[in-house]
Amino acid sequence: MNLLFKWEWLPDLGKGLTLTVELTAACISIGAVLGFLLAVARIYTRGPLYWLASAYVQFFRGTPLLVQLFMVHFGLAGLGLRLTPLLSGIIAMGLNTAAYQAEYFRGAIQAVKRGQTLAALSLGMTRWQAILYVVLPQALRLVLPAWSNELVYMLKYTSIVYLIGLPDLTGVGRTIASRNFRFFEVYAVVALIYLALVLLVTMALRGLERRIRVPGLGTAR
Amino acid sequence: MALLVVEDLHKRYGREEVLRGISLELEKGETKVIIGPSGTGKSTLLRCINRLTEPDRGRIWLDGVEVTSPRTNIYRIRSQIGFVFQDFNLFTHLTALDNVALGLIRVKRVPKREARERALRELERVGLADKADAYPAQLSGGQQQRVSIARALAMDPKLILFDEPTSALDPELIGEVLEVMIELAEGGMTMLVVTHEMGFARAVADEIIFMEHGVIVEQGPPEVLFTNPRVPRTAEFLRKITEFYGKSG
Repeated sequence: MNLLFKWEWLPDLGKGLTLTVELTAACISIGAVLGFLLAVARIYTRGPLYWLASAYVQFFRGTPLLVQLFMVHFGLAGLGLRLTPLLSGIIAMGLNTAAYQAEYFRGAIQAVKRGQTLAALSLGMTRWQAILYVVLPQALRLVLPAWSNELVYMLKYTSIVYLIGLPDLTGVGRTIASRNFRFFEVYAVVALIYLALVLLVTMALRGLERRIRVPGLGTAR
Repeated sequence: MALLVVEDLHKRYGREEVLRGISLELEKGETKVIIGPSGTGKSTLLRCINRLTEPDRGRIWLDGVEVTSPRTNIYRIRSQIGFVFQDFNLFTHLTALDNVALGLIRVKRVPKREARERALRELERVGLADKADAYPAQLSGGQQQRVSIARALAMDPKLILFDEPTSALDPELIGEVLEVMIELAEGGMTMLVVTHEMGFARAVADEIIFMEHGVIVEQGPPEVLFTNPRVPRTAEFLRKITEFYGKSG
């Protein structure tokens, strides 16, 4: 067996990597905003808003991501709404990670002691101010470890978008490999790039965790 | 009209009637101490006064404004009533200084610099200027409670409610908190204090209110209640509590 590696693969893989990073960034951001709102709805509201948010989370956590992606891309197209692969990918995976992030946020918000909110309210803050200035800064510190995992998952899960024709890192790798039949070598390079990316992101987030650490909160004790 | 008027306050949790018609008044500059066995609605009463808990029935006025009216801006009222909690409830993610400054900045819209200067003065007042940069977890219970008093003071409250402020403290840390409270009372702050510290009650209370089972059993100046209570149950409770907590102070 002789292994082959060609530098000429790299420019294309670089483009794929860029798409993977952009896709992840877009999805994780959408998911963070939506996830936070879902968590707030599930904790602080009752009635229709609560049920809607809960049903949302159950649906997206209870069905495969791939099925969700196909529903958005092919399903909506079948109904006459044709989205570009990029938009489909961002929407499907953004909505999906929102459900998971909602659960992480919910856990973190509920881990902030009730007395913190009471103290904020007793100063004359509104409920929103109490959430914004007292609960959220603590919840974000508590959620960071779980949230880091979600980001790392997302980096890897975005690889499924090649199935709707997007040239992300995995998609580009597949194209190169199917041209030269060097499946093992090409996918090994792709895997190493993912690994490097994940390690980089993990280290960056650890650094962030250390920087915003406060005595008495979460793992910071 | 007195600074604080509470009239026929009722509160029920499920089947249990926690407050069964509480009425009391507090003049400006007065300190009143509420005593009574645990579970008799003392904390609930305090929380009803700034509507952290909504009372079922009854009315409350602060400085002529009806707290219980639906038209009243409750956030404004709360910013005028300091609240000191049994377990301090300092904001975990903020330094002592920022704990004191937060209400000024977010509620009173004081510019940050000015708020911090004011916060530092309040920390000085409770003897903790040197701990301005410490986080709550780095402070002793007594220090945390003093910061929480500074946090209440910074808002220039018309009234401060104390909910068993020393009950969560190690015995040797109680003194430093009581000292601050005595200073406040003597300085003319209006205070309503739930506590078992009879020494404190004797030293500064204008009146002691004995509560049990959601009603006020008896109220009067400490010298009367301690030496010559009208109701036998008051005498019994005071005897037990002074035996347990000691007469000193």
